[in-house]
Amino acid sequence: MVTAEQVWHALEEIPDPEIPVISLVDLGVIRDVRVDGTRVHVSFTPTFLGCPALEAMKRALEQTVSELGGEPDVEVVSDDSWSTDRITPTGREKLREAGFAPPAPRAAGPTTLVQLQSKAFRCPYCGSTETRLENIFGPTPCRSIRWCESCRQPFEQFKTI
Amino acid sequence: MNERVQLLLSTADDELIVGWRDSEWTGIAPTLEEDVAFSSIAQNEIGHARALYELAAAELGTNADALAFDRSPHEYRCAPLVELHLLEWAHTIARRYLYEEADRLRIDALMRSADTELAGLAAKIDREETYHRLHAELWADRLRDEPRFRAAVEELWPYALGLLEPELRPELARRIGLRVDSTQAIERGEHTPALAELWHEMTEVRRSEPGAEW
Repeated sequence: MVTAEQVWHALEEIPDPEIPVISLVDLGVIRDVRVDGTRVHVSFTPTFLGCPALEAMKRALEQTVSELGGEPDVEVVSDDSWSTDRITPTGREKLREAGFAPPAPRAAGPTTLVQLQSKAFRCPYCGSTETRLENIFGPTPCRSIRWCESCRQPFEQFKTI
Repeated sequence: MNERVQLLLSTADDELIVGWRDSEWTGIAPTLEEDVAFSSIAQNEIGHARALYELAAAELGTNADALAFDRSPHEYRCAPLVELHLLEWAHTIARRYLYEEADRLRIDALMRSADTELAGLAAKIDREETYHRLHAELWADRLRDEPRFRAAVEELWPYALGLLEPELRPELARRIGLRVDSTQAIERGEHTPALAELWHEMTEVRRSEPGAEW
């Protein structure tokens, strides 16, 4: 019989469909794994509700559980329990290596334009903080576009939510 | 249809239709930056619609796709503001700005609801909406003194009132700097002819193969 630990271990291998350098576990979206006989309950939270990869993630989770011999029961929990603060330190490092600036920590209140225009954002390529906001929106709902004044290239910044 | 389902469908229909209208800017916005912004906002609003439809679908024994696409136009509960076909920048920005300001108040009320499932979803939507609000505020600040923009806000104001329940309207008026005149409000319930046109296009592919699994 499959154990919760084996399931967690297997889930660590599932890449995010849009940013495959990071796993769903490192992204912090897996909320809970419960094994009840052959039935394996996995609950996960979408990053953004507009994420087109939601169905792909669900199918990947089901397939992984099936391959372990479990009967998958995947639940999507749409509440505010996920925030970008749940991305693991390993996950943040993997994002940076792949050229995505990891999200800034969540502040007490909602993100403001002044914060986005501040010098708190580091270029993932050269490490400079001489970067500016190009567009709040990017190729997916979870990313913004910034420009590095030091190495003169654009980069993608994970939004803080 | 109970009150909860009505509320879920009104909100979901607003989000779906406003997302659909915003997506009409994909590829034709005045700058690439706005192309990306409008496309991303549209995608996210439609994502919010999906999550809200799912809660309604669980009660009605159907699914989100069926609620989004298989109803006839008169069954939609969206407010007329989101239906308007406004391919003109001042009006588009005025609608985004009015919509976000009204939506903020509605989400805030849902977050305080005793319905924990709905309150949880509202809290998640609220976090994501932060970025839509920044976009709307940025444009509203930039255009504040432009007569065309001010005229567009005033023209759409009666429609904006129709998005909210009467008790939330005074706060919206305070935020926008206009006055509440509820006799003037263009209320939810009646649709503009633009909705039927939009619906025809939006559901065309799905209607071409009824019952198909996509």
